[in-house]
Amino acid sequence: MIRAGRKSRGAVERTLESFVDAMEHAFYSEQIAKEKGLLQKFDPRLKILAILPLIVIAALARRLSVIAALFVFALVVAMLSKVPLSTLAKRVWLGVLAFTGIISFPALFLTPGRVVFSLPLVGWIVTEQGLRAAAYLILRAETAATFSVLFVLCTPWNKVLKALRVLRVPLVLVVILGMTYRYIFLLLRNAHDMFTSRRSRMVGRLDGRQQRRAATASAGVLMSKTMQLSADVYMAMRSRGFQGEVYALDDFRTAWFDWAILGLFIMVAAAALWWGR
Amino acid sequence: MTVPVYEVRDVTYRYHEVTALNGLNLTIMQGQRIALLGANGSGKSTLLSMLDGLCFPEKGSIAFQGEPLTESRLNGEVEYAFRRRVALVFQNPDVQLFNPTVFDEIAFGPLQLQWPGEEIRSRVNEMLEQMEIVHLKERSPHQLSTGEKKRVALASVLILDPEVLLLDEPTAALDPKSESQMIDFLVGCSGGRKTVVTATHDLDLIEDIADHCHVFQRGQVVASGTPSEILNDQQLLLSTNLIHAHRHAHGSGEMHSHPHRHGHGH
Repeated sequence: MIRAGRKSRGAVERTLESFVDAMEHAFYSEQIAKEKGLLQKFDPRLKILAILPLIVIAALARRLSVIAALFVFALVVAMLSKVPLSTLAKRVWLGVLAFTGIISFPALFLTPGRVVFSLPLVGWIVTEQGLRAAAYLILRAETAATFSVLFVLCTPWNKVLKALRVLRVPLVLVVILGMTYRYIFLLLRNAHDMFTSRRSRMVGRLDGRQQRRAATASAGVLMSKTMQLSADVYMAMRSRGFQGEVYALDDFRTAWFDWAILGLFIMVAAAALWWGR
Repeated sequence: MTVPVYEVRDVTYRYHEVTALNGLNLTIMQGQRIALLGANGSGKSTLLSMLDGLCFPEKGSIAFQGEPLTESRLNGEVEYAFRRRVALVFQNPDVQLFNPTVFDEIAFGPLQLQWPGEEIRSRVNEMLEQMEIVHLKERSPHQLSTGEKKRVALASVLILDPEVLLLDEPTAALDPKSESQMIDFLVGCSGGRKTVVTATHDLDLIEDIADHCHVFQRGQVVASGTPSEILNDQQLLLSTNLIHAHRHAHGSGEMHSHPHRHGHGH
C-alpha cells in the first residue's frame, strides 16, 4: 500500500496514511497471535474464562496493592506470551493514561484531605486522597485494558469470536462480526485504491471545501459499492445452502495444559479476592 | 439415455432497463462440458445465476431435471436437495469467500446442509489436501492471492460433490501458472456424471475444457457448436467481440493489423 509523502499532508494524504496504518496494525496483531507463547497456546474459550474474572476483580478491588499485583501479573503473562511491552505501552498504556488522566485530573485538587503539595503559580493544592482516587482509576483502567488487549492480541480474531460463544453470545452475532472482520480489509483496500487514484491525478492541494466534497463523494461511492457487495455475498451464501439459519463448527480441543493454566489464573483471581477483601 | 439437466425455454431477464437475456433457448445434457462464450455484458453470468436458482426469469421457464426451477418451489428441503446437486463458482472470489478462515469457508456448505460435525471436519481436511491448500487452512481470505482464493472457492463447492458445476470466468485475473492449474482441474472434470458449464471469453481455454459451446450476444445464443467449429468461424468471433484486430508483428516482420486470436503455440 502506498504511503503519502511527508511534505504533503492534505486530507487525502492523511486519509491514505490512516488506511495504511490500520492495515499494518491488523497485520502486526495477526503476527503476535501466531507466536508460540503462553496465551497463544491456551484454548480461547478457557482463556476468556481465565481473564474475565481478573478484569472484574481489577475493576472492583478496594486495595491499590491488589490492583498493582494484578498489573504485574499481566506484565508477566505478556512477557511469557512474547508480547513486547513496547507494544502494550503504545497500544494501551499511553492511551488509557491520557484518557483516565484527563478524567481524574480534577480529583487531585477537588478531593478534600491531607495536603501533599501545592502547585506553584496557581496555588492549587494536591491532596493525598486526591492522588489515591486518581491512582485507583488509572491503575484499574490500565490493568483491565492490559488483560483485554492481551486476550485479543494473542488470539486470532476468528477464534476470539468463536470463543465468545462460551459466554452465550448469540451465534448470529458471532457470524456477523466474523464477516465484518473479513470484509473490512477488502473495503479498506477499496478505499485506499480510490484515494490513491485521486491522489495520482491531483496537482497541489485541495482547499477545505474541496476536501469535504471529496470525502463525501468517496464515502458515497464506497457505500454504493458496499451495498452491491452485500447483495452479491448474500447470493453466494444462498448458493451454498444458506436459508436464514447460521451454524458454526468449533474446532477447539482442550488438553491438560489448558486446564493447568486455567487453574493458575483461578488461583491468582482467588488470591486477589482474598487479599482484597 | 442422456437426460437433459437444464431446459431453458424462451427466457427473458432485465436489470432495470438493461435486457440481460432476451428469449434465450438452451438445453444442457447430463455429463456435458459446456462453454458459454461471449463478450462482457452478453448475459453469461446472468444465465449462470438462473441455472443456480439465484434469480428467476421474467418470462419463459427453466427446468432442472424435468422439474420447474421457480422461486416458489425452491425452498425448504427442495432447496437443500438442489443446493447439494448444483454449485456455482463466482467470478469474483471475494464475493464467494465470506468466512473468516479458509477452513470455515470450506465447511460452510456442509454446515448449511447439516452434515454431522465429524464428517465435516474429515471432508474439509480431505478437500484441503486434494486442492493442495492445507497450508492455507487458518488463513483469512484477505491474506490470499487471487489464485489461492479461486482454489479455495472451488474447494468450498467441490466438498459437496455436486452433479452440476457452474463456473463464471474461472481463469479471470489468474497468472499463467494458476491458470494452467485451473485448466488442469477443469480438464479433470471430463467424463463421468458431472455436468460442467463454464462462462468465459477466453478462447484459449475452450478446446481443453468444453465439448460444446454456445456463443452469446445481447442476451441470446447466436451460434452453437463444437469448440473447433466455433474457433474456425472468424466472422462469428469478430461479430461477437470475441476477437479483434490489433497491431502486431509476426516474427521480425512489419507491424500490421488484422483480427486474429492468440492460440496455442503448437
